[in-house]
Amino acid sequence: MARQLLCTKDSPRDDLIIRGARVLDPVGSIDAALDVVVDRGLVSRLDQPGAAASRNGHRVIEAEGHLLAPAFIDPHVHLRTPGREDEETIASGTRAAAAGGYCAILAMPNTDPVTDCAAVLGTLLETARAEAEVPVGFLAAISREQAGATLTEMAELAGAGAVGFSDDGRPVADAGLMRRALQYSALTGRLLAVHCEEPALSRDGQMHEGAVSAELGFTGYPSVAESLMVERDLALARYEERPLHLLHLSARESVEALRAARAAGVAASAEVTPHHLCLTDEAVRSLDTNVKMNPPLRGESDRTALLEALRDGTIGAVATDHAPHARQEKEVPFEAAPFGVTGLETAFAALYTDLVAAGLLPLATLLERMSAGPARAYGLAPPRIAPGEPANLVLLDLDEHWRVEERDFRSLSGNSWLLGRTLQGRVRLTVADGRLAYAA
Amino acid sequence: MRKGLHLMGEELRPPSNRARRHLLSIADLDRDDIERLLATARSFARSLERELKKLPTLRGRTVVNVFYESSTRTSSSFELAAKRLSADTMSIKAAGSAVDKGESLKDTALTLDAYDPDVIVLRHPQIGAPQLVARLTEAHVVNAGDGKHQHPTQALLDLYTLQEAFDRLDGLHVAIVGDVLHSRVARSLIEALGRVGAHVTLVAPPTLLPRGIDAMGCEVSSDIQAIGAADVVYCLRMQRERMQAGASYIPSLREYAACFGITPERLRPGQKVMHPGPMNRGVEIDPRVADGDTLIETQVRAGLVVRMAVLYDLLTHGPVVVPVSQLEGVA
Repeated sequence: MARQLLCTKDSPRDDLIIRGARVLDPVGSIDAALDVVVDRGLVSRLDQPGAAASRNGHRVIEAEGHLLAPAFIDPHVHLRTPGREDEETIASGTRAAAAGGYCAILAMPNTDPVTDCAAVLGTLLETARAEAEVPVGFLAAISREQAGATLTEMAELAGAGAVGFSDDGRPVADAGLMRRALQYSALTGRLLAVHCEEPALSRDGQMHEGAVSAELGFTGYPSVAESLMVERDLALARYEERPLHLLHLSARESVEALRAARAAGVAASAEVTPHHLCLTDEAVRSLDTNVKMNPPLRGESDRTALLEALRDGTIGAVATDHAPHARQEKEVPFEAAPFGVTGLETAFAALYTDLVAAGLLPLATLLERMSAGPARAYGLAPPRIAPGEPANLVLLDLDEHWRVEERDFRSLSGNSWLLGRTLQGRVRLTVADGRLAYAA
Repeated sequence: MRKGLHLMGEELRPPSNRARRHLLSIADLDRDDIERLLATARSFARSLERELKKLPTLRGRTVVNVFYESSTRTSSSFELAAKRLSADTMSIKAAGSAVDKGESLKDTALTLDAYDPDVIVLRHPQIGAPQLVARLTEAHVVNAGDGKHQHPTQALLDLYTLQEAFDRLDGLHVAIVGDVLHSRVARSLIEALGRVGAHVTLVAPPTLLPRGIDAMGCEVSSDIQAIGAADVVYCLRMQRERMQAGASYIPSLREYAACFGITPERLRPGQKVMHPGPMNRGVEIDPRVADGDTLIETQVRAGLVVRMAVLYDLLTHGPVVVPVSQLEGVA
């Protein structure tokens, strides 16, 4: 149902035969070498390898030695449109998504102007229909101008196509407004996604508060600034018996609160970013502005708690929080730099290299948390490799090593924390809603 | 090599004295570097006792001082240090420069770099500014203070002062008292004292002690009596200008002075007192202490020779090994 909320460029769907890949679909419990046939954008057959005969008009992809999986969904992307089209556009952001193996992305509403009314949302959907390379859905703001004072017209926004509601980039600081947002959004059937940060505790914070911030002299942004708000919002969701999605968790205490709330029956979901899974605050010693993000990189015990929660499903989704910034905004002293890093084009490879290849996370779990997990959180149909399903496929070369270079990005911004690093695992092909969106 | 100036040849230099391109943080220095810099500073101190105080060592070199924050002793001592070594100097203050017109630090750095300076001395309110300038220019960059992060030449001049007063650094016990949270001086000094084998106790109200600071290898206390065992009491300035507006770190300066002010009564005989300046008399330091027998004036004088040593070391990559008395006819 909600699937129609995602908009993309209208172009003919493709006919494809992908031959001989190891097909791994964690949802459908498939793990076998198979030929996959796509007819007009729908998966039509799964055949024994070599069995799928060439057909007239089908593009044949020889994929032996590669892995074919359900393509990824990124529930947390900043497309910077409207307002900062120099940093990202719907066209460039969805091209980057396709190159990262994503068949769908959700864009956050902290644009300029804020996506807080049907007029702005309508323009975005129209632009997406004209230029999006992969389906994109838009969240609308919880409060007008994300000012935290007045609710947006949620019913109208949901009717116009909002996938969910979020004031991402800032918290809903007022507990009363948060409670009313939980109550009122029930009218819409859409999810609230919250950025948990107690501003009185994070004010001027530049990085995680701990030994590294003490040594470097940065004003700390303590874990409790996040977990206190996580606990408040979970308590409100529990009281109002409403579902809630927690954006980009970073702290062990937040994970513990989430686990306890879920055990108590709260319908809470959560996401975690690749950078919070791969890095700690030690990385900030470099003073590289591309490791400055909100929430900040935290300690090793936080990182391992996030990883454990991702493994056991307490955190069901990987989200990049892809946050493009213009070069001149990041080429400043660390303290002057804005928060945020890009991630669409590197997420899989970073997590494959640092977690899967390192033996810390099963491949099938990573694939599930990058695809079905985010879909489940937002009530979208999970991508599947099964006859009759729309083709949402990613073909991966797990052996390829490649160096992350700014010039290779399709994103208009290069503020990646991985610049210069060599990663293992590369996206070779992305099929999004039956269309070949990327091939390398 | 200039006539009359005798420097050790590249091949004779101990291997540990490797060249450092920048001085951004005490972390850039190991113990050998620190000892070499202090020895060089001592040589310069002797040269300054002579009637003609100028040495030709850095003739033809250019030192640019760029100060985005107010400063009296750091900027004046860097300028005088460069002049004493015959370098050309240029001083740029944020007020009245293109910075007022919104020029970014990057563009200011690139503009200055076009003049081919040998050294850029930078003070900036934001952590990471010197690292950025170091990446963008060909010059040697000296951090003269970046936000709450580092002030390495202050720590070096403090070590120099301690060495002069005690004739040793190893095993000294220094109590650093006051606003550690906002102090780059404290961060550099804790690290530097650790490098040379001194022992550090931090004493401050809990609200002005950064969480996790003990990981730098120091004792931490909120009891002023903890200064009792120290050889030296190092007072930090209460940095009101760096405090968040409205954040109540201390209830009042009056209460701070009552609980943590360094008074004659709180010092034991023989304990030395230091302060990086500028002082808030009656807040962190009692005027009777400030006007008494302290090492504060030694610190100021050390600032000049230590900064001479830093400039010299970066530009010549080596120690002065010949006594300055032999540097005849060089003025």
